Amino acid sequence: MLLAGRSMVRMLKLEKVSKNYRTGTFGGKLLPAVVDVSFNIGDGEVVSLIGESGSGKSTIGKMILRLLNINSGKITLDDIDISTLKGAKLKNYYRDVQGVFQDPFSSYNPIFKADRIFTIIRQEFFPDVKDSEWREKVDNALRAVGLNPDQVLNKFPHQLSGGQLQRFLIARALLLDIKLLIADEIISMLDASTRVDVLNLLVELKSRGLSILFITHDLSLGYYISERAIILYRGCIVEMGATEKIYFNPVHPYTQMLMSSVPRLDKKWERVEMELKAKQTELTGGCVYYERCKSPYKCEKCALERPRLREFEPEHFVACHFIE
Amino acid sequence: MSIKIKNLKVYYQTLRGDVKALDDVTFSIADGEIMGLAGESGCGKTTLANSLISLYPPMKYIEGSVELDNEKLPIWDTDKMNAFRYKKISIIPQYAMNAMNPTRKIGKMTAELLESRKVNYKKTKPELLRRLDLVELNRNVLDMYPIELSGGMKQRMVLVLSTLLNPSLLIADEITSALDVSTQKAVSEMLVEFRNRKIVKSMIVITHDISILYQIADTILVMYAGKLAEKAPTEKIINSPIHPYTKLLISSLPKVGVKYSERKLTGIPGNTPLLLDPPSGCRFRERCPVAFDKCIEEPPFIEIEKNHYVACWKEYGKNA
Amino acid sequence: MIEQIHIKKSEKEKNLPKKQKKINEFLYFARRNNKLKIGLFIVIFFILIAIIGPLFTDYEWRAYIGPSSQLPSLEYWLGTTTFGQDVYTQFVQGLRASFIVGVIGGGIATIIGIIIGFTAGYRGGIIDESLNIITNIVLVIPTFALLLIIAAYLKVRGILTESIFIGFTAWPWAARAIRAQTFSLRSRDFVDLARISGMKPTKIIFTEIAPNMMSYLLMTFILQFGGAILIAATLDFIGLGPTNAISLGLMMNYAVLWGALQFGVWWWFVPPGLAIMLIVGALYIMNVGLDEVFNPKLREM
Repeated sequence: MLLAGRSMVRMLKLEKVSKNYRTGTFGGKLLPAVVDVSFNIGDGEVVSLIGESGSGKSTIGKMILRLLNINSGKITLDDIDISTLKGAKLKNYYRDVQGVFQDPFSSYNPIFKADRIFTIIRQEFFPDVKDSEWREKVDNALRAVGLNPDQVLNKFPHQLSGGQLQRFLIARALLLDIKLLIADEIISMLDASTRVDVLNLLVELKSRGLSILFITHDLSLGYYISERAIILYRGCIVEMGATEKIYFNPVHPYTQMLMSSVPRLDKKWERVEMELKAKQTELTGGCVYYERCKSPYKCEKCALERPRLREFEPEHFVACHFIE
Repeated sequence: MSIKIKNLKVYYQTLRGDVKALDDVTFSIADGEIMGLAGESGCGKTTLANSLISLYPPMKYIEGSVELDNEKLPIWDTDKMNAFRYKKISIIPQYAMNAMNPTRKIGKMTAELLESRKVNYKKTKPELLRRLDLVELNRNVLDMYPIELSGGMKQRMVLVLSTLLNPSLLIADEITSALDVSTQKAVSEMLVEFRNRKIVKSMIVITHDISILYQIADTILVMYAGKLAEKAPTEKIINSPIHPYTKLLISSLPKVGVKYSERKLTGIPGNTPLLLDPPSGCRFRERCPVAFDKCIEEPPFIEIEKNHYVACWKEYGKNA
Repeated sequence: MIEQIHIKKSEKEKNLPKKQKKINEFLYFARRNNKLKIGLFIVIFFILIAIIGPLFTDYEWRAYIGPSSQLPSLEYWLGTTTFGQDVYTQFVQGLRASFIVGVIGGGIATIIGIIIGFTAGYRGGIIDESLNIITNIVLVIPTFALLLIIAAYLKVRGILTESIFIGFTAWPWAARAIRAQTFSLRSRDFVDLARISGMKPTKIIFTEIAPNMMSYLLMTFILQFGGAILIAATLDFIGLGPTNAISLGLMMNYAVLWGALQFGVWWWFVPPGLAIMLIVGALYIMNVGLDEVFNPKLREM
């Protein structure tokens, strides 16, 4: 499916996209959820959309999936404005772009079997396919996500684990031979030991040509799988670019705050803060002892200006701003 | 020793039988120790927290003893536990920040809470105000309704409320999971601050996010399917774990600085066993890469080096 | 793999489809719920009387078949009216009529409520707002005044007319309730998934949302059914009911009009009054019981 030759380079482009919510009585007030967001996703690219709650990341995902309306700006796939798509054209759009959401158990209608999500796809997109052909298609999709068809078919959602359910949903997207997958916090509700497997699956799919918009609040996940990252705060993009550059040299104060607050397994918070400050003082040329100095007189001057060696008393020289 | 738990067994009564959520658990926490309780869903950590302070049906106490500051806690008797709850042992439950009465101002709610515990609100007010300053909450938060506060503020308020009477042991159940990264850091650091100022003697911090534990906990206890797997100082658990489950768990965590292309992480295949009818012997053996025939027998939780406890047949001989 | 190891005795139970398991679970709690049992018992009892009762009498409810104001006896099971009509005949035929109004009136109200509730709940936005305005208008229309006007134009009215009238004025409550439920289900992820699968909205409503609301729809119908009976009885009692039929409410109307109170002919109005009270009360209690059965959080452990 995915391995079939694709000559076109598909591009998803967002240009100055904004969304406002109406609040208050009679919808008088406007709450900006997404403000002037522009970015691209290319062929076979994984882009992380990183933001905390209220940053608008899920809203962007839903707008790309046409689940929410755009108030201004344009989203285009291969230069076709997706907001103009209706009826059959919209259905075709869903052959190229699909989504997987955060809560695996909420994504299934609890009174039906899990397979129903495949049946729906068949009814809507492949009504004329023969039974045996369809079964083969489903089997291939399941194997591509690392599931054994005999173990997961014909079961109810509550009989499968969170990890299996999420993979099931990815398999559903693969049935359509999509080009872009919107993964909205798809592993945040899974156990630690299964998260990595789903994550690895995404990377494997990428190597076979799938583009992924990976929406998350977890920075370490973003680093693990994506080449590019977008940092979102309250609806605006504050920093964007190659993952390594952003992670190891965050420039926007918000990104810096994020990097220093994320709990890491290799460094304690104090050390991260100190390293950050040290980097800052390197750039500004402050006192070399700044980050470890515990003096009560330590201040901004120490971070900005390197103290020079001065005479404290006869035959006694000190390089510190506060020897007076 | 601040708290000593011996052979604690607590099951859940269900229509289909007893779910062995907590099966023969033994460990202790020292004075001033912040112990992180880690494990995946269904391992029993919330059961452990609840059994220490609010053992209500459908939970059923089977056997075991809990000693706090050398005093036996009658956890099976909810009435007798009233004397200890909130004063000696306190909990911040998982949903606490959303459980505040939305129609009551915070100050009024605090007053009612204290009066119900037979504590005079007026006398406690100065201390309450000092604590609010400590967690960097504006004093006029007492005149606000819960809906006016952000998630982080609510969590800090709950922290102040739960520790107002200086309990010996504070249990914090997933208090950072619903918060943003920066607020998580602030709240976690506040927990440590409370311990440093001796407002609370020891803590059990329950979370599925081990990286938070790395930042603030002194020791980490890893649970699996109702049993204890490993307990050791934080550095040891993170950097040189011994139990196979801990090893696999730690190595499956994505870290900043590790890319897929450089080092592919692996998860743990399989699922946690259902506790309605758990497997005999070591409960991890079906998923364990190094299981052997002795694993049919249940491994005891023993100290293999100072302050490092493990329940694994394969690893006993190595460090004894 | 591991799941198979743990399926022992409850093998059959575990592999049952969720629907079957859910039905079994409901039946288990249903059998234990007293409110449901008592309510159902009373309602079924009266339904049986309505079905079988008329077979025991050859009289017509209007006919003067005997001496007036006779106490209940072996010959006249519920006595006779001040005209000499058989109260028992009136009672069982009236019971039938009341149930018919309940089913038709309640049914119409439920169907309209479903259509409007689902549409408003699923679509939201301006469609929802306009439907809300319509709902509120119908809610606020003084039905009494409307009925008086209708009564002035339709000199001859039957049970069907009454049912239709009730159906078309009682739906707002059902619409509101269904709309609220639809709102909450609509925001679930599986509805979003259906949308990005290219499903049309009507199909989504009927294949994804409605099946999840079956218990709710059942309870809505039961309430509408009971409500319709009560409204009909009230209207009949004040003289705005059908002109050429008999129902429980009409019995009470006639009784009061023709002096049953003064002459102490209690057997003419007490049975219908008691019947209405018991039926409607039983329906409401049954509904509370059903709510407990369907909603695990309300069950008493």
